[in-house]
Amino acid sequence: MSFLFFFTLSFVLISAVLAVHARDLFVSTIWLGVFSLMMASNFFILDAADVAITEAAVGAGVSTVLFLSALALTGEKESGRRVYRLIPSIALLTLAVVLMIVSLDHPRLGDPSAPVHQHIAPWYLSETPVLIDIPNVVTAVLASFRGYDTLGETLVVFTAGIGVLSVLGFRPKRKAVVTAAQVSRRTVRIRDHLILRVVGKLLIPVIMLFALVVQFHGEYSPGGGFSAGALFAAAVMLYGILEGPDRSIKAMPQVIMLRLAALGASIYIFVGIFGMLLGGNFLDYGVLSSNPVAGQQLGILLIEFGVGLTVASVLTMVFNAFAGRETY
Amino acid sequence: MDTFLGLYNYWIYVGLLVVGLYAVLLKGNYIKRMIGLGIFQAAVFLLFISMDKVEGGTGPIFRYGQDITTIFANPLPQVLILTAIVVSIAVTALGLALAIRIKEEYGSIEESDTLRADRDE
Repeated sequence: MSFLFFFTLSFVLISAVLAVHARDLFVSTIWLGVFSLMMASNFFILDAADVAITEAAVGAGVSTVLFLSALALTGEKESGRRVYRLIPSIALLTLAVVLMIVSLDHPRLGDPSAPVHQHIAPWYLSETPVLIDIPNVVTAVLASFRGYDTLGETLVVFTAGIGVLSVLGFRPKRKAVVTAAQVSRRTVRIRDHLILRVVGKLLIPVIMLFALVVQFHGEYSPGGGFSAGALFAAAVMLYGILEGPDRSIKAMPQVIMLRLAALGASIYIFVGIFGMLLGGNFLDYGVLSSNPVAGQQLGILLIEFGVGLTVASVLTMVFNAFAGRETY
Repeated sequence: MDTFLGLYNYWIYVGLLVVGLYAVLLKGNYIKRMIGLGIFQAAVFLLFISMDKVEGGTGPIFRYGQDITTIFANPLPQVLILTAIVVSIAVTALGLALAIRIKEEYGSIEESDTLRADRDE
C-alpha cells in the first residue's frame, strides 16, 4: 500500500465525519463532494478505472448539484436537535466492534489467493477475448455476461425518475410563498457573473464531447453508458446553473426527457427480444449477426446506448424538477 | 505493520459504515440523513472495490502487446459497484424529492417538527 493510498483512504473517513458533523447543510454537501472525489481516487488506485469515472461524475458532480438544488428549497440550517436513542447507539457500537473483529479474518488487500479471485473472475478474464473480443472486460461483463443485472439497474434508475416526477409534479409549482432567502438568491445569479458564465459555457461542449467519447469508446477504455449518461446530465446541469433553470427546462422539456428515458430502457429490452426472435435467448447478442462475436459487440453497443440515454435523461429530469421549483 | 496496512481499508470501511448509519439513525434532519445514507452506500462500494485488487495487477482492460503474465484486477466487483453507484444517485434523488415535499407540507425538514405536527392533528 502506497503512502498516497493511505492518505486518500484516511481523508475519505475525515471528510465523511466532517460532512455528518457540520451544522450548516451547505458545508455538509461540499464535504460530501470532497468525500466522493477522494473515494473516486481510491477506486482508481484500486485498479477500478470504470468505477472511478462513474463515482467522480455521479458522486462529486451530479449528486452535489442535486443536494444544492434541494437545499435551496428546504433551507440550509440544521436545528442540531439530536434524536437521542439508546438502542440504536448501542447497536452502532456493537456493529463497529463486530466488524472490526471480523476484519481480522479478511484476506489482506491485494492477496491473489483470496476466495473472490478463485471462482468466476478467471473465467471472465479468459473467455472475454474469445466470446466478445473487446478489451474492456468490465464492459463485457456488465453488458453481456451479466446483462440481466444491468437491465434491472437501468429499470431502477427509470423508476426513480418516475418516482421523483410523481412526488414533485410534472410542472414547476408556482407558489405564492417566497422567503427572503429565495429573493436574495434570485437577485444575484450566476448569470450576472460574466467570467463564470463565459468560462462555464466554454466547458459545456467539452463535457458533452467527453461524454460521447466515454459512451462510444467504453468497449476499449474505461467508461460506458452509466458514466457517459451522468457526464451528459452534468453538462445540462451546468447549463441550468449558468442560465437559470427556466432555460434548461425550455431546452430540455420534462415531457421529452421522460420519453427519452423510456426509449433508452425500451432499446435495451427490444435488443433482448430481438435476439429471442432470431432464435437465441433473451439478451443473447450472439445471434444478432452472422458472426457471433460481431453480434455480441453490436448488442453491447446498442444496450450501452440505451443505458446512457436513460441515465442522462433521468438525471436531467430530476435536476429540472428540483431546480424548476425555485422559480416561483 | 503488515497486518495494519493490509486491513486498513477494511477499518476505513467500518468507520464509514458507522458514520453513515449514525447520521441515518440519530440525526433529526432529513437532508442530513440522505447525506448519511450516501456515506453508508459508499462504505459498501469501498468494501467491494477493495476486494478486486490483486497485488501487482492492473485494471481489467486488455492492451496491445501485453505480456502473457499480466495480472488483472477482478472485474466482477467493479461491475456490481458501477451500476450500484448510479442506482445510489437515483435513490438519493427520490429521497431529496420527498424531503422537498415534506418541507412544503410541514414547513420543516426536522423529524421532531414533523412528528409534533402529526401528533397535533
